[in-house]
Amino acid sequence: MNNPALSKINSSFVRKSGVNRRLDSGFRILGIASTAFGLVVLLVLIIDIFLDGADRIKWDFFVSFPSRKPELAGILSAWVGTVWIMVLTALIALPLGIGAGIYLEEYARKNYLTNFIEINIANLAGVPSVIYGLLGLGLFVRYFNLDRSVLAGGLTLALLILPVIILSTREALRAIPSSIREASYALGATKWQTVQHQLFPAALGNIMTGVILAMSRAAGETAPLITIGALTYIAFLPQSPVAFSGGFPFIHFSLQGLFDPFTVLPIQIFNWVSRPQKGFFADAAAGIIVLLGLTLIMNAIAILLRHHYQKKVRW
Amino acid sequence: MNRFLRLSIFGIMAIFLSCVFSAGEVFAASKLVKIDGSSTVFPITEAVAEEFQKQYSGIKVMVGISGTGGGFKRFGRGETDISDASRPIKPKEVDLAKENNIKYIELPVAYDGLSVIVNPKNTWVDYLTVKELKKLWEPSSQGVITKWSQIREGFPDKEIRLFGPGTDSGTFDYFTEVICGKSAASRGDYTASEDDNVLVEGIASDTQALGYFGLAYYEQNKDKLKIVPIDDENDANGIGPITPSLKSVMDDTYQPLARPIFIYVSTKAAEKDEVKKFVEFYLKNAKDLVTEVGYIPLSDESYKAALERFQKRITGSVFGRKGATVGVKMEELLRMER
Repeated sequence: MNNPALSKINSSFVRKSGVNRRLDSGFRILGIASTAFGLVVLLVLIIDIFLDGADRIKWDFFVSFPSRKPELAGILSAWVGTVWIMVLTALIALPLGIGAGIYLEEYARKNYLTNFIEINIANLAGVPSVIYGLLGLGLFVRYFNLDRSVLAGGLTLALLILPVIILSTREALRAIPSSIREASYALGATKWQTVQHQLFPAALGNIMTGVILAMSRAAGETAPLITIGALTYIAFLPQSPVAFSGGFPFIHFSLQGLFDPFTVLPIQIFNWVSRPQKGFFADAAAGIIVLLGLTLIMNAIAILLRHHYQKKVRW
Repeated sequence: MNRFLRLSIFGIMAIFLSCVFSAGEVFAASKLVKIDGSSTVFPITEAVAEEFQKQYSGIKVMVGISGTGGGFKRFGRGETDISDASRPIKPKEVDLAKENNIKYIELPVAYDGLSVIVNPKNTWVDYLTVKELKKLWEPSSQGVITKWSQIREGFPDKEIRLFGPGTDSGTFDYFTEVICGKSAASRGDYTASEDDNVLVEGIASDTQALGYFGLAYYEQNKDKLKIVPIDDENDANGIGPITPSLKSVMDDTYQPLARPIFIYVSTKAAEKDEVKKFVEFYLKNAKDLVTEVGYIPLSDESYKAALERFQKRITGSVFGRKGATVGVKMEELLRMER
């Protein structure tokens, strides 16, 4: 066994494997360090925010309007505005986005035009949000004369998340094996029946995940709403859509609130941060905690939905 | 079962739609006062709006922050009832309002002192003259005046780092007008921010810094900033360097960096009951609220005169078409108001 050639190969192998092992553990440490860096920075930020703002998180903070006195100021008009805008954005962007996604993935013929449209949608998803704000200002606020209303804000944010919803719908449909489509057609189903009974239910989990992630992005958007001019002190709520009073039929609905001015959480936070008084920093920090909580809840719902639908789909 | 579900959903939607179109009178038409404009005037108008809405619960007031120029653009198109302004209306803005047939009443509501600020560790600056400020900030100084020693002999041979508001700000318009002689004529190589807290933090953390912004931001951050007295070398306005304060602004000795700030009310809007109530409430309660949010109030007579001006619907600007005017004295304003 004492072959000199073999022992030479052997020693070079040992030497090399030693280097590789060291490289391996080195990369491991590097990976841990970079993960830790991100986590520590995030943790420091969150702790800092909590130290500043946790005292302000009380019932009163949620049911008070903003005020010039930091200790009395609250986020009532801001969170109600955020809910209005979110609901409206979802109502507008969901049917349009999912519809367009299904069309482009299942119906549209593959040619230069659809290619062109696809590339543009992918690009739109990466356009800075302030550009959408300018579009909203020119189109909805000025041209359609909607003024700085809930409707103008909702439409602008719907435009912002539309490309993301279209893309995630298409991704979700593409992930479904083509054997499912073929099986459905083989049984004599039409295209719409295939989409309705097979593809859409199967894709719903992933679509909803994309939608909710897009919505939580919209919830935190400030730039487009400031651009359409919603940087405003507002100490009232949009007209409620339902009222229980008056004559028959005793429950009344109104869409007047759509045309009322509004404010949202990120704008309220922005407003407070730019004040000279120290007390408003605590208010801003508390507002950030609420916004953080809101996005965390939305992301958690996205994860739960995906989990739920993944379990449900069985062919 | 499925069919039943669909039918009921359809039914609910039909009821919903019919209600939407039948329920007009249940929802009282809301009264809304629309205000937009200067971020400098904003804290005052916000305070007034807050108190006003406590007293008149049926009236809604919205106060936007678009800057003085942005506010006048909307006001001139008739989009707002009242415009907050940290400088008088400019000729271009007057023309826009005229085009859209909008007449306005100009009402001074408070004074604002602009403060020139350095770092507390800056031991060499005890005061600055208007000429020295001009030398420092005029457009031709860009890239030329870069060291403290170039401003006055005896100042150290250290780099000077400048902070100031951005070009959309009325504060920028006013400062450049009175210091450099022309509105918006300023060097561009300084740290500009529309957010005054950025300027505060910048100057507080840099021993070689100098900057300017509204007095209210200095008052809230006294512990980490040093204010510079200003000498306009005109003994009629008080002799020697003057530090901005309640007193020096009110008796017109802190010149030229003290300015009156305004609201502009559209006469068409003033016919509406809610706007009329709001403006009267504003002028009657301004004194306490102005002090509370860190600005300097006008004298009692001035508020009375402004109220009279509003009630008589005296339109137009007392500044003619000149825009910002150096060292406007409230007595002069009053005389023009009568």
